[in-house]
Amino acid sequence: MKQNFQNAIIATVLSFVLLSLTIGGLIQVEGIETTVVARPWYVVIGCTIVFIIQLFRDQLVFVFKGFGNVLKTLVRAEQIAEHAIQLKGSDRFNPLFYLTVLICLSVYPFIVSDKLWIGMFIDIYIYILLALGLNIVVGYAGLLNLGYIAFYAVGAYTYGILNHFYDFSFWLALPLSGMTAALAGIILGFPVLRLRGDYLAIVTLGFGQVLVILLRNLGSITGGPDGIGSIDRPTMFGIEFSRRAKEGGVPFHEFFGLEYNSIIKDFFFYFLALALVIFTIYVISRLVKMPIGRSWEALREDETACKSLGINSTSVKLSAFAISSFFAGLAGCFFAAKQRHISPESFEFIESVIVLAIVVMGGMGSTIGIILAAIFVAVLKDYSQDLQEYRMLIFSLILIVMMIWRPRGLFPATRPFIKLQNRQKSQECGC
Amino acid sequence: MLNMQPSLLSVDSIALSFGGLLAVDRVSFAVESGQIFSIIGPNGAGKTTIFNCISGFYAPNTGNISFNGHAIEGRSSHKIAKYGLVRTFQNIRLFKEMTVLENLLVAQHNIANRNLISGIIKLPQYRKAESEALDKAEYWLYQLGLTAFANREANSLAYGQQRTLEIARCMVTEPTMLLLDEPAAGLNPKETEELDELIVQLRDMYGITVLLIEHDMKLVMNISDRILVLDQGRVIANDLPSEVQSDPAVISAYLGEEE
Ligand SMILES: Nc1ncnc2c1ncn2[C@@H]1O[C@H](COP(=O)(O)OP(=O)(O)OP(=O)(O)O)[C@@H](O)[C@H]1O
Ligand SMILES: [Mg+2]
Repeated sequence: MKQNFQNAIIATVLSFVLLSLTIGGLIQVEGIETTVVARPWYVVIGCTIVFIIQLFRDQLVFVFKGFGNVLKTLVRAEQIAEHAIQLKGSDRFNPLFYLTVLICLSVYPFIVSDKLWIGMFIDIYIYILLALGLNIVVGYAGLLNLGYIAFYAVGAYTYGILNHFYDFSFWLALPLSGMTAALAGIILGFPVLRLRGDYLAIVTLGFGQVLVILLRNLGSITGGPDGIGSIDRPTMFGIEFSRRAKEGGVPFHEFFGLEYNSIIKDFFFYFLALALVIFTIYVISRLVKMPIGRSWEALREDETACKSLGINSTSVKLSAFAISSFFAGLAGCFFAAKQRHISPESFEFIESVIVLAIVVMGGMGSTIGIILAAIFVAVLKDYSQDLQEYRMLIFSLILIVMMIWRPRGLFPATRPFIKLQNRQKSQECGC
Repeated sequence: MLNMQPSLLSVDSIALSFGGLLAVDRVSFAVESGQIFSIIGPNGAGKTTIFNCISGFYAPNTGNISFNGHAIEGRSSHKIAKYGLVRTFQNIRLFKEMTVLENLLVAQHNIANRNLISGIIKLPQYRKAESEALDKAEYWLYQLGLTAFANREANSLAYGQQRTLEIARCMVTEPTMLLLDEPAAGLNPKETEELDELIVQLRDMYGITVLLIEHDMKLVMNISDRILVLDQGRVIANDLPSEVQSDPAVISAYLGEEE
């Protein structure tokens, strides 16, 4: 207790200094006058929180562990079901579970039938896409990428530019956006993948920042700070979702003889996002069971051992970078089509932090964990909208807390179980 | 002289220094195909450093190394492994959080079907390749008595089993030559005996050439065809076990260090 008290005092003094400098004062510019408004209460509250947390550290760890255990029992039911199926020698796929989830998600937009509620889920789906992609690099390959959102930007701008200048349709641009982002991943990867750990994190962070600056300043191509506007929405088999179609086209509501209702468009985006998520989950769940996915994990575990077994660690890293960027590119292309307007603002560093927070919270390498964490974080982001820059604090805090107390995430990944005896007799192998 | 079979591995006058310390000083030796060749020497003699040079983790300052007709000095380690020369590590290096079986699957990376499309949609040729990889892993697990631990995380195994797993992981790559760095370190006498039997078996049944580092001279006497003795980076003997045992230079190096 005495030890804790000392620590608490030290931490509080440190926080006092830091908080005074950061949130203790607010600079206000009115005309030519600049005044600093002192905000002592912010500092006092901050210091009190730090003091209490430090003082009751041990108890808090206990509470947090308890919370983790409750969560564990909640997911155990699903894990046991998975385990039982694996023992039968089939894949980890539990059709009933996934079917139920899929049905719920499919009826959801019709039940709420509200732009905002549908939009919220579309945002969640985008975060799921991004987090699943980032998880390949961070969770599986163990390479910290702090500039991941840059690849999302590459995807978005690929569609924006191709559509604006060359009239590419969404469906043609979608794979191209993925591939351009993957290419950007490889181009960035070549020089930096020799770096390890912290250095790699810093270089990728720099890359993210540089890209935003480039987008701001390459006015003639990217539209500068204003970005690119009136990007075409996707069509479904050539049918458009706007009130009036372009020349020669037929809008959806006329095609089916319905009243025009803008929510149809939201339904469409909802299912498009859902389809992208399902596609991504399927592809990634296959990849991680394939030789390529195994080599990502092996690389994370021990690069030297990989090399000694003839695995080219550079190409393994590049493949992780490229494939993870590919999914960011897909997400970016979808984002551009949904917003119809993209600008550098959407690709700030905070977005990289949010996606990273999802991956870390969800349990690196665990798909179900990432989906739940994405929902949590997207909702948290919505509700913390008013806090503006201080949101960064919240997400940083989440990262730090997770790293200290549950470094393997709330839902640690389970290792695949492969049954050996009589394996040849059963049709499926769990690989 | 002309129609003599070239050695499988020949190390020709390699030297490597770390700062001022000459860890390996003009070392030469040759290992013939099918031999069990041992390197012994006191702590810090440079044994592991020689391994690192052969397996591509260090590039020697001078000298040449050739393996199976390839010049390999200074080559990257994964290329050397692809030529069929794989190693274990003095301080075991498993993929700790992966299962035993996964360790053996990862090691087959270069033989695996790595075509992304055929893997994602599970084409027959992909299933076949994966099934073969599992068969091979299963075979070696059985041969080395690890079948019961197939789905356990590698770091949950006992120390001796981890050493065995490291050898199994080398074997699934279908190597020509194995470099084993103190595989008996930390094993009890019974395990050590089993290990010796295993090494002989690998050579006799699978035709593997073995280059073995051992600290303890007595252990390698029975199984080695030839022994190289190092002291402070230099070769002090390279001979048959019986000769090495009675070599005055070896005795003085060893007794001087251990007593
Ligand atoms: N990377 C390195 N940097 C600096 N010095 C090194 C390095 N690797 C080895 N050495 C030094 O080179 C010498 C030989 O080391 P090496 O590991 O080859 O010995 P060894 O014969 O394997 O010994 P042991 O029986 O303890 O394993 C030692 O003095 C060691 O300190
Ligand atoms: Mg050594």
